[in-house]
Amino acid sequence: MSFKKTGVAILGTGNIGTDLLIKVMRSPFLECVLFAGRNLSSPGMTKASLLSVPVSAKGLQGIIDHKDEISLVFDATSAEDHFKHAPIFEELGIKAVDLTPAKVGRMCVPAVNLGECLDLPNVNMITCGGQASIPLAYAISKANPDVEYIETVSSIASRSAGPATRINLDEYLQTTEKGLQFFGACERTKAILNLNPAQPCVHMQTTVMAKIANPDIEKTREIVATMVSQIREYVPGYQLLLEPIVESGRLITMVRVDGLGDYLPKYAGNLDIINCAAIAYAEACARRAK
Amino acid sequence: MSTLPHITVCDATLRDGSHAYSHQITLDQVRAYATASEAAGFSFLEVGHGNGLGASSLQVGESLVPEGEMLRAAKACLKNTKLSVHVIPGFATIKREIVNALENGVELFRIGCHCTEADVSQRHISYVRSAGHEAWGVLMMSHMAPADVLLEESKKMQSYGAQGIVLMDSAGAYFPKDVTEKIGLLAEKLEVPVGFHAHDNLGLSIANSLAALEAGAKIIDGTAKGFGAGAGNAPLELLAAVLKQRGYKNSLDLYKALDVAALATKLFAGSLPDSNDITIVSGLAGVFSGFAKPVQRAAKQLGVDPRDIFFELGRRQVVGGQEDLILEVADELARRTSTNPNFYPIS
Repeated sequence: MSFKKTGVAILGTGNIGTDLLIKVMRSPFLECVLFAGRNLSSPGMTKASLLSVPVSAKGLQGIIDHKDEISLVFDATSAEDHFKHAPIFEELGIKAVDLTPAKVGRMCVPAVNLGECLDLPNVNMITCGGQASIPLAYAISKANPDVEYIETVSSIASRSAGPATRINLDEYLQTTEKGLQFFGACERTKAILNLNPAQPCVHMQTTVMAKIANPDIEKTREIVATMVSQIREYVPGYQLLLEPIVESGRLITMVRVDGLGDYLPKYAGNLDIINCAAIAYAEACARRAK
Repeated sequence: MSTLPHITVCDATLRDGSHAYSHQITLDQVRAYATASEAAGFSFLEVGHGNGLGASSLQVGESLVPEGEMLRAAKACLKNTKLSVHVIPGFATIKREIVNALENGVELFRIGCHCTEADVSQRHISYVRSAGHEAWGVLMMSHMAPADVLLEESKKMQSYGAQGIVLMDSAGAYFPKDVTEKIGLLAEKLEVPVGFHAHDNLGLSIANSLAALEAGAKIIDGTAKGFGAGAGNAPLELLAAVLKQRGYKNSLDLYKALDVAALATKLFAGSLPDSNDITIVSGLAGVFSGFAKPVQRAAKQLGVDPRDIFFELGRRQVVGGQEDLILEVADELARRTSTNPNFYPIS
């Protein structure tokens, strides 16, 4: 008997939603049964139609109309919209993977807490910078019990930041900071985001800096290296650019994230890392349901 | 004889100077300087971390004094001079920083972003305006975009509610003809007044400021004794002299505007910017002036030439806020030239 894939829907047809679609189509465990948005002529919708994926311009209503085929929905709209969608998904019994900074459900970073998120009705994928920086902050806090302060800076290509990202910069910062607080076991955190318009486009880079009275640099390097290899299992383009070092009283480490080049070119590692995390989560749920 | 317009002079000493002082400006310095700025009659005094609200960080440098205390201390010394702040979305948020700054008496918010990214300023400008306060749009690193792009970005900010648009030459890379072209276009096409913020990396801060005025700028930025990032800004004392001599109307008391130079020399002794090989290369490479200190630090730690770091950063077209790349570039240069006897790999 042939293996039945888990039916998923994608709500939101911008950069994130369209890139997710391509990743879902490649998945041995997931099948996109609906790609829903508001505008049939958007670039994402056009792409989905070309790929012969069922589309709907009725947004949330499209999901409701197809509820019986959908086990899981990726919400790639906006934080504001997700607040409205979340209770409806829950009522329909559809698991929600939230790619907005709404943070309704538990924050999920697959390399850190995948197992404890599998049974939840709603999980939040934090932010792209969060997916890149939080595992490093977590590793740093495992190696050093007294982390006083953690900060992360991400630089992404302007081209990879769509209108929703730009209008939600404040939410991006707040949600990333909350994630660092929670996973980095550190009260004081800060997130910074830079958009860089350089041509050719810059690849996503994320730096994590920490203030630690007596950092154990060897242990930090060891745990960070292990963490990086765990992340690479679901984000192949995640690479350590600068091993943890101490400079000017700061512990610093830096990664670069090359994308898979699914929807936007490879520079858009920011799209890739949050989407790869969402897919890793959805596939783990699908495997478990078998 | 045609009458020249009234020029709004913004004193950015206690904000841009933060870069020159490694963000260690004290409350006593704030009070002493703010008192002098008020006496000199500057229209606005900008206060805070070099990268603006919420920018005290390991990335750019931590401020000695929390921004709320700096703002309150300055405000207490001001009457006619209005208190302003620099705000970069991506560093500062509305809830965490802008709301507090409003409570601390800030009257003008200058919302800045990289010169091609104006749409990130929409919410911050709108918020300030809806709270009933003044907001301008600031396009930073504006040497990196052509005039038509700057106009398009300025128009976006104007549509969000910005009541003025300032072009910053954050890298000190402009020549007067660039100023004439860019400011001239904006002054002609925008409904709101246009301003210019110079840096002196190539020794052109006053020449460029004058070019801006002649091209129609009605707002001009400067700092006492040029106390600002890299080679510093257009010195206020010289701007005051130029405005007087050329007949531009302004709100300054000439002698007291000249006095801010001596006060800055006293308050910030040993840290006033000076032109050197590194600031010149920063201007040539078109890299943010504020990178000078961290570049020198990284160059020393990794045994590479700081000028090579600047040129490589310029090649990569880095923008303000990307200080973390300095270390990566220095590390890469050190590896590339590992015959260098000073090279110790850091990873």
